[in-house]
Amino acid sequence: MRLNALAIFAVLYLVVLYAPIMLLPMFAFNSGTIIAFPLQGFTLDWFAALLDTPALHEATVNSLIIAVSTAIFSTILGLFAARAATRYGFPGKAGIVGFIMLPLVLPEVIVAISLLIVLMQLGLNSGTWSIIAGHTLICTPFAIAILQGSFSNMDKSLEEAAIDLGETPWSTFRLITLPLVSPGIIASLLICFTISLDEFIIAFFLSGNEPTLPVYLWGQLRFPARLPVVMALGTILVLLSVALLIIAETFRRRGLKRAGLKDTGGFL
Amino acid sequence: MSQTRPPIVTLTGVQKYYGDYHALRGITANIGQGEFFSLLGPSGCGKTTLLRAIAGFEDISEGQILLDGKDMEGVAPNKRPTNMVFQSYAIFPHMSVAENVGFGLRKSAMSVSEKRNAVGQALEMVGLAKFGARAAHALSGGQRQRVALARALILKPKVLLLDEPLSALDKKMREVMQVELIKLQREVGITFILVTHDQEEALVMSDRIAVMFEGEIAQLADPETLYRRPNSRRVAEFIGMMNFLPATVQGETAGRISVEVQGLGPAELEPAQAPGGVRAGAAEIGLRPESLTLLYEGQAAEGGREASGTVREVVYYGDMTYYDILLDGTPAPVRVSMRNMPGRRVLEFGARARLAWDPRAMVLFS
Repeated sequence: MRLNALAIFAVLYLVVLYAPIMLLPMFAFNSGTIIAFPLQGFTLDWFAALLDTPALHEATVNSLIIAVSTAIFSTILGLFAARAATRYGFPGKAGIVGFIMLPLVLPEVIVAISLLIVLMQLGLNSGTWSIIAGHTLICTPFAIAILQGSFSNMDKSLEEAAIDLGETPWSTFRLITLPLVSPGIIASLLICFTISLDEFIIAFFLSGNEPTLPVYLWGQLRFPARLPVVMALGTILVLLSVALLIIAETFRRRGLKRAGLKDTGGFL
Repeated sequence: MSQTRPPIVTLTGVQKYYGDYHALRGITANIGQGEFFSLLGPSGCGKTTLLRAIAGFEDISEGQILLDGKDMEGVAPNKRPTNMVFQSYAIFPHMSVAENVGFGLRKSAMSVSEKRNAVGQALEMVGLAKFGARAAHALSGGQRQRVALARALILKPKVLLLDEPLSALDKKMREVMQVELIKLQREVGITFILVTHDQEEALVMSDRIAVMFEGEIAQLADPETLYRRPNSRRVAEFIGMMNFLPATVQGETAGRISVEVQGLGPAELEPAQAPGGVRAGAAEIGLRPESLTLLYEGQAAEGGREASGTVREVVYYGDMTYYDILLDGTPAPVRVSMRNMPGRRVLEFGARARLAWDPRAMVLFS
């Protein structure tokens, strides 16, 4: 009996969690223009409409530029921070690492408003680059968390052994460190890319007249007739996010296997 | 034993500070060409720091390290004629066994086929000839150890540094590898410097041992000297088991030291039996358990050097029996080990026992 109650609870939980998201593809393929049951016929028109919307294409290109740049910057910063945090002891280390990780829990609205104020005070125009900066700020803690796992799984004496066998610090990094943390790097790139692609608040505050995909979506909600198109776009974004996360997790596990380690839970 | 081999490593007044912590306090030693040299001590005594300083992974604060006559000040680990076997073995997990072993040849001028031959020879030397293609993470502990050895020896270093290489192995495997390491060292003729906290391991494998406490070398000697003539009570306690009996130094005449040992009686010692020096007055006499012998009915000790007491503890090991015997007129029991042989009865708890002792086995700690 107890088991059944738990099972029902779990199923209910999943339904509440995913049912709204399941509505997206339902209406994306529904031929009615009004978002309401009963469903009418099947159509691909809304997906086709996506292709004829130049503003959407611009927003997509913007989002991709931002997400790719953010992924690269955050991962590089994360690489430095994670290596320093796992390899060296220095005064104030715990405090420094804590402050670097803080944006993880800082309300994004606060971050976004602060960044906007700084930009305005400096007399700079907001735009793509300022969103990249904001996204890098919130993604770097994720990159550090993932990469710290990779570095702490790696035996410190591996690097010393390579140097002992005649390699320079740089070739040691290339031949030993990089291959062993590369699954972590790939996972970090993918997760930062996904976070940046989906992020709304910072992009909304800082995008100026160059909207990102989520900002564009938000703008479209004002036009009821565009709702089914938004549903279609939403469907694509959800599938893309899930696919990227699965790939990221796959790489993380492959990395563990390569290093001959047992999975201890990991980031996801 | 005097040092006859030409030195390959010369340590002169080596000091190391970590902030306020004084990790190495003036280490001076010569390590000979082709010698199997051990740094033995409890954890935190500085032995690993000293090994890492020789390898170049730690800078020294003062003093000098010469390797093959060259000052190593400011020389990076990758430029030193040393290679290291790490405690964790540090086998590169993303490479095959052969790639691991051949890693150090990456920058050598050898042709591909020469490198392959060298890797093959190195693997054969450690008994892993058929394992070249195996993935590194699929190896057992003993195999990893061998790969680490082959990888370090392929560069023909002047000195091989081993950081507790056997501590991760189980007892049986450890004993097998001890013998293999000795054979290997004899074969390649390279100087080995071994760090260990296991006194038995050091005694079994080394030509000479430096016993370290708190950043200093307490005694540097060959295993037999270290065991028979420890120069301090601390070294004696660290190496094997030793009984300490209260004694009084009564005088030193014509190269003989007269002592009165509590529970045993008067004894005459040679100066060599006091490697830590002699001072008149209260002292202690060290005696290994195997240099005390139980006397059975009808047996008598040579020169009447006999003592009696009561059996306080019997520990039977099969080949040996250990007794704790409280000698009459002494406060604490002494440990006696007897080989179990036909005709030798194992005494029981509470039995009276007679012991023979030999002054030649005594060490005096003033």
